[in-house]
Amino acid sequence: MDSALGDQSLSGNAVDSTPETPPATRPAAIEARGLVKRFDGTLAVGGVDITVPEGAIYGILGPNGAGKTTTLRMLLGIIDPDEGTRKVLGTDRPYDIARQIGYLPEERGLYPSMKAYEAIAFMGALRGVPLKEGRKRGRELLEAHGLGHAAERQIRQLSKGMAQTVQLLGTLVHKPKLVVLDEPFSGLDAINQGKLENMIREMAAEGTTVIFSTHVIAHAERLCESIAIIAGGKVPFAGQVAEARDRIPAQVRLETREEGGAWRAALPDDARREGSFWNFSLPESGVEPLLRALIEGEAGILSLSIERAGLHDAFVAIAGEAAARELEADRQAELNT
Amino acid sequence: MNRNVTTPGRLSIWQAAFVIARRDFVAILFSRTFLFFLLGPLFPIVVGIAAGGIGQQVAAGVSDPVIGVAMEQADTEAMLAAREGLEQDLGTVLPPMEAISLPADGSPYDPQVQLAKSSGDLAAIITGTPTEPVLTATEDRAARWKGRVGLIAGTALAQGPPDFPNVATQTVATSGASEKRSRVTTAQIGQTLLFLLTMLLAGMVLSNLVEEKANKIIEILAAAIPMDAVFLGKLFAMLGVSMVGISVWGGSAAILLAFNPITAPLPEPAVGWPLFVTFGIIYFAMGYLLIGSVFLAIGSMAATVREVQTMSMPVTMLQLINFFFASYAMAHQNTAAEYAAIAFPLSSPFAMLARAAQQPEIWPHLAALTWQTIWVAIFIRLGAGLFRRRVMKSGPQGVKQRRWWQRKKPATQVAPSN
Repeated sequence: MDSALGDQSLSGNAVDSTPETPPATRPAAIEARGLVKRFDGTLAVGGVDITVPEGAIYGILGPNGAGKTTTLRMLLGIIDPDEGTRKVLGTDRPYDIARQIGYLPEERGLYPSMKAYEAIAFMGALRGVPLKEGRKRGRELLEAHGLGHAAERQIRQLSKGMAQTVQLLGTLVHKPKLVVLDEPFSGLDAINQGKLENMIREMAAEGTTVIFSTHVIAHAERLCESIAIIAGGKVPFAGQVAEARDRIPAQVRLETREEGGAWRAALPDDARREGSFWNFSLPESGVEPLLRALIEGEAGILSLSIERAGLHDAFVAIAGEAAARELEADRQAELNT
Repeated sequence: MNRNVTTPGRLSIWQAAFVIARRDFVAILFSRTFLFFLLGPLFPIVVGIAAGGIGQQVAAGVSDPVIGVAMEQADTEAMLAAREGLEQDLGTVLPPMEAISLPADGSPYDPQVQLAKSSGDLAAIITGTPTEPVLTATEDRAARWKGRVGLIAGTALAQGPPDFPNVATQTVATSGASEKRSRVTTAQIGQTLLFLLTMLLAGMVLSNLVEEKANKIIEILAAAIPMDAVFLGKLFAMLGVSMVGISVWGGSAAILLAFNPITAPLPEPAVGWPLFVTFGIIYFAMGYLLIGSVFLAIGSMAATVREVQTMSMPVTMLQLINFFFASYAMAHQNTAAEYAAIAFPLSSPFAMLARAAQQPEIWPHLAALTWQTIWVAIFIRLGAGLFRRRVMKSGPQGVKQRRWWQRKKPATQVAPSN
């Protein structure tokens, strides 16, 4: 087990990723409207709207093949959208501000024969950092992230986690304002994933806007203030994590002394019995009218708990609905052709 | 460290190309590939020497065909003496001759039977007399030797060699005909060298790009700098590598020549050696940039090494046709074929180098270089455009729009029959 994302990167586990100013009032680092991309007639992204506030950690969530990578590539100007507009750090030509952006692609790539510090310097040189300065920064970054001993090693001699860290440091060497990470956690073990989460928090704490894609919801739940869920090339949800959770009603778990009685009429339609418990969604009217009805109906409440939905549940529900709509649209398209 | 100190904008296309070229140049120069590149020209030389040696041995094992003389003894001796006398003036034009003994019992002699059963070098037989010689041989040899046998028989009849007048000789360094022929040789050598070098380099630049795709670094490059710059950088890095190679080869050749000066140097090209070498280097650069950009475009479209090999094979074949076209144009100066070869971008450098060997005018070269530069820019732009469209996409999603011929016809309602 290597300590690729070295301990020295940790500036504290509890870096608050949410800037004090609410997202809605901060200027947008990224603003995309109706992005559409087709490849050879195949719709890859079918109308994506995203607004990422400055200084935010923003997650793009979606199942594999949902269009996350294509969306990020369009935002960065690697490919142009067929339709729609994008504005990144105030310009609609993101490729013209490449020096202000750091990008870690999903498919990691480095020259195997390059030394670690040279690889970072090369990535800096691509973004305008003079080679000499890049080499110096490369050594400093490696040292700061616990990889100083590997600075002179060739990439092919590094473990996967170490190589991935080198590439991430290469993404940061030119001190970008916006960092875009495509599936940054894939291929990392749990410890290195935790260290990477801390690195992301650290970046945000220093004012960098971080946008990353993932299909592992837990990372987004821990890191992000706002997310966009992409499914089938569309964005069924974009907003704050709390809003996504609120899409799913809270779940009530009730235990009563009485088996039957007038109180049963107060339970909503989706109530189901599991052992001695009743499980159901919290009614829109709230918990107070429900409690009143249970008490008046002499249910004999032994316990009642309200559990708020997690992001994972919200994601599954939102992406699932979108997938169902997509399937229906496909079926209709099949019928029409 | 404050991360937010950034410089706006991005590298210009030339700055970015320099970053790529610098990386590739250093990486290739210190790789095994470069060693093979340096040793590359040795292989055809070694194969050539080996093939030449084997050919010489084969030729040595086969002796010249001989004409037999089957006449009365006196006539045979006269014929052989006449041949010997003529040989002093005509040299190897006359085939070797040997006497054939006639049957001692006076039975009739049939040369056809002897030729049919002969397993040696006997290729023809002269019978009859010097006054009426009869040559028996295969049709082509009979046609070739008929006049020579007549000359020998005539000389034999005159009982000695004819009294040829003495021809005084004056020698000149060159003539119009020999100069033209020699310059064609120079042009041929120049063209062939140019072709071999460009193919070698184009292949190398292609494998370099494939390696880059295998390393998956191409997306990092695409996100940071213009794709045109990646293409330019790769092309110029390989050009730089080739210049190092040429310097090494040139230096080695110069050292070899210093110790073993060649007695028959190549004929001087029409524009003179210094300008010809300069044009050679420039046309090599242009030819390589044109072909290299085509190969790079192919490489950008292919996802695997196998795909690259499949796609580059027809291009290599087309390149050979292109070379033959330029060679044909070389032998047909100032014709429509030559002008077409000059105008077609891929054959233009080859055709123009051949022209430099044969025609002294300079201005067509300036015009051709401008023309080729325009095409280099077009090829690189097209290659970069293809790359953007074909490579930078992730897996397909959603419903693929069907072409009109793929669509099912709408179900037609059939009226119920009563």
